[in-house]
Amino acid sequence: MYIIVVGAGKVGWNLARELLEKDHEVTVIESNRRRYLTVEQELEHNVSYGDASELWVLERAGIQRADMVIAVTGDDEDNMLICQVAREKYAVERIIARVNNPRNKSHFDLLGIKPSVSATDLILRLLEHEVPEYGLVHLLDLQEEQLEIIEMLLGKDSGVTGRRVGDLEMPEGSLLISILRNGKGFVPGPETVLEAGDEVLAVLDPGHEEQLKTLFGPGGNGTGNGG
Amino acid sequence: MLREGHEVSCLDEDPESHARLEVGLDKGWEDLGGQFTVGAGLETDALVAAGIENADAFIASTDGDNTNIVIAQIAQRRYEVPTVIARILDPLRAEWYERQGLRTVCPTRVAIDMLESAVREGAPRGGAGPSDGSAEAA
Repeated sequence: MYIIVVGAGKVGWNLARELLEKDHEVTVIESNRRRYLTVEQELEHNVSYGDASELWVLERAGIQRADMVIAVTGDDEDNMLICQVAREKYAVERIIARVNNPRNKSHFDLLGIKPSVSATDLILRLLEHEVPEYGLVHLLDLQEEQLEIIEMLLGKDSGVTGRRVGDLEMPEGSLLISILRNGKGFVPGPETVLEAGDEVLAVLDPGHEEQLKTLFGPGGNGTGNGG
Repeated sequence: MLREGHEVSCLDEDPESHARLEVGLDKGWEDLGGQFTVGAGLETDALVAAGIENADAFIASTDGDNTNIVIAQIAQRRYEVPTVIARILDPLRAEWYERQGLRTVCPTRVAIDMLESAVREGAPRGGAGPSDGSAEAA
């Protein structure tokens, strides 16, 4: 596959290196002269000097025959427009854009630049997964189907530990679908007693996250009446 | 355009730019009915604060081509402003985006045309011809 990577920063350079190792044909375009000279020492003819938002620079890099364009500069406007031109002017089949500022994500969507990848978002997701204090992790969002699956970690102070699943007052439109305990998953029955450290998966209609968070969170009253 | 009685709203990242608006005016910018908002053109909040939702025309003329092209498309697609114009210095891209349905003004193109005609006008009698190219390059 012929892949053009725009931007030879840390992301672009390492990406190019890996793609080359996988035997793809790669051209990296870098607009900073000094950076270009540094990267050129390793990537040699696979790096090209110029501003990729200028059409002739893209054409010189052979965009007409590129199978994929990946724009990973530090500038969101550049990434958006390079991908837009790649797809709409040069009919490049696959594009990937980097989002530097997550607040610009909606602009990428508006211009139809998909997929776009935001490192900040990725790190936030990881953080949510790794740091229990975050409490609630979105595992799956089925926007069309109006369903989502979330994961909650029960802390020692959770109001539902020691309670039977059958006694929980789950909000309408939500269902406990499995529990991960000591690395093993199982489907809970009404008699299952919840323990601190359990990771609980629930499927729900969008909009019920807060109720579930309260129910399973610190001091939450799992039974709603007999607590 | 303010003098002609239009409502004009300017959005700029630099609060100091406000002073430039008032150069040559006998009253303050706001006193004449103008609006000034500090913010970046890519920030949705700033665009809304500047009044993009009710605008009849939107001009993207920051010093960056890419910013202008992106904001102009946001004005067109998200806010459906009837008249959108983008300043694009790069003649090739100005041409292409013009063909994509974006109204563009390319100062580079305008300057080239003006310089070219200035050279032709200034050329000695009968000298207007192929030699113009070298005059421009000089």
